[in-house]
Amino acid sequence: MSSDPNSTSNAAAKPADGLNDVHTLSLVVRDRPGVLVRIALVFARRGYNIGSLAVSPGAAGGFARMTITSQGNPETLEQIIKQLAKLVDVVHVADHLEHPPLEAEIALVKVGVGEGSDRNQALHEVALEFNAVVVDRGKATSVLRLIGSRDELQAALSALAPFQVQELVRSGSVVMDKGRSVLTDLLQKS
Amino acid sequence: MKASVDTGAQRLIRFLEHAGVEYIFGLSGGAAMPIFDALVDSRIKLILTRHEQGATHMADGYARATGKPGVVLVTSGPGATNTVTGLLTALMDSVPVLVLTGQTPTFNLGKDAFQEADVTGITYPVVKHSYLITSAQELPRVVKEAWHVLTTGRPGPVLVDLPKDVTQGPCDAPEPETIDIPGYRIPSLPDTEALDRAATALGQAKRPLLYVGHGAVISGAGEAIAALSDKLQAPVVNTLLGKGAVDETGPLHLGMLGMHGTAYANKAVVACDLIMSIGGRWDDRITGKVDAFCTDAVRLHVDIDAAEFDKTVTSHIQLLGDARRTVEALLPRVRPGDTGAWLAQCQAWREQFPLTFESPDDDHLRAQHVLSRLNALTEGKALMTTDVGQHQMWAAQFCLTRANRMWLSSGGAGTMGYGFPAAIGAQFARPDTPVWAIVGDGGYQMTLCELATACVHKLPVKVLIINNNYLGMVRQWQELFFENRLSGVDLEGNPDFVKLAEAYGAKALRISHPSEIDDVLSEAIAYADGPCVVEASVVKEDNVFPMIPAGAAVSEMLIERPTEKLEKPSGST
Ligand SMILES: Cc1ncc(C[n+]2csc(CCOP(=O)(O)OP(=O)(O)O)c2C)c(N)n1
Repeated sequence: MSSDPNSTSNAAAKPADGLNDVHTLSLVVRDRPGVLVRIALVFARRGYNIGSLAVSPGAAGGFARMTITSQGNPETLEQIIKQLAKLVDVVHVADHLEHPPLEAEIALVKVGVGEGSDRNQALHEVALEFNAVVVDRGKATSVLRLIGSRDELQAALSALAPFQVQELVRSGSVVMDKGRSVLTDLLQKS
Repeated sequence: MKASVDTGAQRLIRFLEHAGVEYIFGLSGGAAMPIFDALVDSRIKLILTRHEQGATHMADGYARATGKPGVVLVTSGPGATNTVTGLLTALMDSVPVLVLTGQTPTFNLGKDAFQEADVTGITYPVVKHSYLITSAQELPRVVKEAWHVLTTGRPGPVLVDLPKDVTQGPCDAPEPETIDIPGYRIPSLPDTEALDRAATALGQAKRPLLYVGHGAVISGAGEAIAALSDKLQAPVVNTLLGKGAVDETGPLHLGMLGMHGTAYANKAVVACDLIMSIGGRWDDRITGKVDAFCTDAVRLHVDIDAAEFDKTVTSHIQLLGDARRTVEALLPRVRPGDTGAWLAQCQAWREQFPLTFESPDDDHLRAQHVLSRLNALTEGKALMTTDVGQHQMWAAQFCLTRANRMWLSSGGAGTMGYGFPAAIGAQFARPDTPVWAIVGDGGYQMTLCELATACVHKLPVKVLIINNNYLGMVRQWQELFFENRLSGVDLEGNPDFVKLAEAYGAKALRISHPSEIDDVLSEAIAYADGPCVVEASVVKEDNVFPMIPAGAAVSEMLIERPTEKLEKPSGST
């Protein structure tokens, strides 16, 4: 990417707009020991936090698919993407700013509503509204399983807040492009 | 009888022989013993060093002097951790160094076994890539891949960690025919559109400047750059590491730019209307305050590593590719503009602000004087290495480099202790080239134990110690920015460097007065029976100028000792 030739500023890394944008990076990597550490170090070295990270085997053997969400100075993030692309074990990296084409995440939420609670009906209604499944109901707690985009999960969690959320675990987003993409081509080749 | 199967170590060494490795620099130990054993039957010459750091810098010097990879072999644990500084040095300056480390057997990994260290873990940030081999059968594939990564693209160090059962165990895996690294791409040439845009910009510039970095040295772009400079009538400046890509004595060459560059090079940087980096990375020692750097100039950037684009300084035209091939592709495309007035201006600066030093008198021996005499007496035919500090900058200023791969210095990492072992590596690589290591009394003491290595092999390497009895560069900063409150810079307790060299069996000479310079240097130049150490006892409190205070704009360059108190550096270290 070239900068505007009329711009007088030339410093690459500057405090800028877009600090709160969530970037979703999707990566295809060789399934080799150490690849996760190398990727994590690219972020850590620049004081960057990884918001979420999901790793799984890819469709083609020998490769893994990663989805990383991160937030911060966009120029630094651009550097991070270039440095990731440079890693020998990273086959492909793409940045989906804000809303990636297809996105999903799973969450398990433990709330303080048990078997005999008079709030079960209310909980049930929230579950229905957000397509959540109650996967466990104990004496003092229930566990719900949520599936959806990051925004959908966010909405569901807000709706669950009044039920005393005691524990929350999220898988982190996974993303995929629609139709044929660079990745399908890449992986079919290998 | 069954034919015996080779061990992993034998396969490793055989691969390196086929790859053309002449020397391995290293120091042995338990976990590496199978590899050292395999070397007994090899034509590769093992150079036993006195410290693993020395081995890495020797391999680095060998690599920079030839362009071929340098190879290091050490044992596990502390042997491996002693290579970390050498790895950083090689990474920062893009040098192909292969470090082979012994490791505890695979069944002991992670159990805090004797001399176990998580070597791949410790070294992730300082390698281009690394491998931990976990079975002997995997070794041929991994070693072939490691060599490919080592010898292609932007160079950098590669580490291979070799557990003892891997090197000792049998390996009959076939030699792999192909390499499969889908994530590893090597750019060769920018697209034509970018080349055309660059050519147009170069032709339109009234005040163009070519800024030559280490990438130009590595790719051998010097001739093409000289031709481009000639065709465009554009002046050339180079970085500390770009020295020698283009002959620094040429009429269009303005010398080194940056923190301790020549005044005329830096004035050209401030005034140019186009600057093209060829294999330079706009390092903070070059740019000073980034916000003020060449803001009004059109900025072009040639680099083989896309991650260098817009890293510190943004550029208007980015040319992704090998420096030599890119400049060669630009050459037929450019139409020279009119740069007559610009060249006249640069010449006027050159005359008005020459590099100077206080004129010598018989009581004050000055480093700059010694180095300019060394420059004259070696006639540009010596390969020079430096350590890090004031002497390094004076050497860069006063010893002009005329040919590629004749100047080796630790730039990115600024590693004290680099100069002398790098010179040893370079001398092994190029036995017929005179090699001088220019070192400070501080840094020299970090790796001087390699005098033994140089003596054993009767290497005719020369060491010039610029002895100011201080950690001089730090003392200079304390003087200029910390009210001369000296803290931890006095090297009281220095040994008698002449006697010390003699104790190792080296020839040793001393220069104490200006009148002795030529005789002593000539005597050293003539000596060929082994290493020769020359100690120059120089004035203690000289400073390097010009100087752009760290973090200040290039236009704020100090040409001589300031009369006013300076602010502490803030923008950079
Ligand atoms: C390994 C290491 N430690 C510390 C430094 C910081 N440093 C930079 S220059 C310098 C002084 C070097 O002193 P000397 O080798 O005597 O050279 P001089 O500057 O006096 O020429 C120091 C300590 C460094 N560059 N490398």
